[in-house]
Amino acid sequence: MQIYLPIAELSVNVFILLGLGGGVGVLSGLFGVGGGFLMTPLLIFIGIPPAVAVATEANQIVASSVSGVLAHWKRGNVDVKMGSLLLIGGIVGSTVGVWLFKLLRELGQVDLFVSLAYVVFLGAIGGLMFVESTRSILRSRRPGARRRKLHQHTWMHGLPFKMRFRKSKLYISAILPLTVGLFVGVLSAMMGVGGGFVMVPAMIYLLGMPTAVVVGTSLFQIIFVTANATILQASINQTVDVVLALLLLVGGVIGAQVGAIFGSRLPGEKLRVLLALMVLGVCAWLLVGLIATPDDLFSLGGGGH
Amino acid sequence: MRRLLVLLAIFAGVFAGSPARADTMIADLSSHLIAINSSFDGDDVLMFGAVEGRGDVIVVVRGPEENLTIRRKERVGGIWVNNAYQTFNDVPVFYAISATRPIEELLPDALDRKRHAIGFDQIAFKTGAENRNVASDDVGTYIEALVRNKQRIGLYRYAVGDISIASGRLFRAPLHFPANVPEGIYRVEVYHVRNGDILSAEITPLSISKVGLEFEVYDFATRNGLAYGILAVIIACFAGWLGNIAFRKS
Repeated sequence: MQIYLPIAELSVNVFILLGLGGGVGVLSGLFGVGGGFLMTPLLIFIGIPPAVAVATEANQIVASSVSGVLAHWKRGNVDVKMGSLLLIGGIVGSTVGVWLFKLLRELGQVDLFVSLAYVVFLGAIGGLMFVESTRSILRSRRPGARRRKLHQHTWMHGLPFKMRFRKSKLYISAILPLTVGLFVGVLSAMMGVGGGFVMVPAMIYLLGMPTAVVVGTSLFQIIFVTANATILQASINQTVDVVLALLLLVGGVIGAQVGAIFGSRLPGEKLRVLLALMVLGVCAWLLVGLIATPDDLFSLGGGGH
Repeated sequence: MRRLLVLLAIFAGVFAGSPARADTMIADLSSHLIAINSSFDGDDVLMFGAVEGRGDVIVVVRGPEENLTIRRKERVGGIWVNNAYQTFNDVPVFYAISATRPIEELLPDALDRKRHAIGFDQIAFKTGAENRNVASDDVGTYIEALVRNKQRIGLYRYAVGDISIASGRLFRAPLHFPANVPEGIYRVEVYHVRNGDILSAEITPLSISKVGLEFEVYDFATRNGLAYGILAVIIACFAGWLGNIAFRKS
């Protein structure tokens, strides 16, 4: 069954879109990532113009994140105080990111930058998470192994403006979540993603938050950042396709619920290994795309250059 | 109003350029409007008519014009990077030829084909002002690449033998428009050809446009992007909440 998308201006099979939305939705609920880093390349792969894919994906992530955050809220896994600080940084960061994106577009290398940014970040984060989580799985299997401290004290704990985050069981400087939010905001605006795949590891490894709270809090923050991105994209570029977004989110909303249920049953370390493997897989796929000789060296572009 | 002017301009251009010979053909389209609705997945239109005496038929469909850029990738440090580019102005977004026999056989004189812009190699591609690292004798490669890429996405087509002529007089030329066909006013040209000469030509306009919900959504998004964006976010929040409610009950 084909459906014509009014903004993307092409006809796509409805079941492909529902399947994509459902599959990515499960991952979203499972890991607390928006899934944009997976969905955006997939949409481009099935022929959606990149500008429409990026903008519409932001819109869909709003829906799957709302659905996911409600499921986590019920279990008390959202640290609103931490999320709000991340959000303030995120909004400032995404504004800076939009401006940088415009600058890169004027230089004419935005496609290359986006692909390279994906490869570098996915590779680094995926690798880091994979090593760390396999190590802790191995450690927990060895009987009588020394228990790790809750978190190590570093220079970061000497920063001023300390705040207490009850849900996260942390007493850290407010500067830390603000900086993480800012950095992720820049990335999400420039790479067209919610930023969960950067946010989740940053919360675990930089802030030292417990994994259970990380997922809900990340989703909470992503809702607002992607809502902002959707409205900006719709008013500046007119590239948000609501018909496409609706079809993706029907599958996405259901998938996110299923993912959240599975997520609460799987142990944290195994969840992290799975996420790491997936992140590395996408990274490898994009890298092949950059290195492999294209079928046609020439490509068509729009009016500008 | 603008559409009407475009149509008038097309007709004016057609009559000025058409060969001043006795009409040996009548032709029409089965439909003058292709409506893009939510179930649109490409469409077929039939060009039909009658010719007087022997001869062959060529049908050329031209879409509205656009400006575009052709980029060439180069390997830099192991990675394929867009480097050189050439812009082109007033390129037809869609261009399809159907003929009873190969056009080089029907019109052996390339000048005849050039005059009516029949054939991919006879379209007068105009280079734009902007380019980077493109030598002037390299432009041909970029034009070839333009045609090749357009053919790959189905917007440039060339079909020989699709047209049937019944009892030497009645012809039927099925024209296919793929799902990615852009909106606009198209012109469908029919040529009656005999012994390497064009005996007569007819031009019919064809309008392709979004209708119904597809038009409303597109119109809203382009007219008031901010309100559209806010609505899109509200719909998304509602859908997310609905999904959560549905699962809580089960």
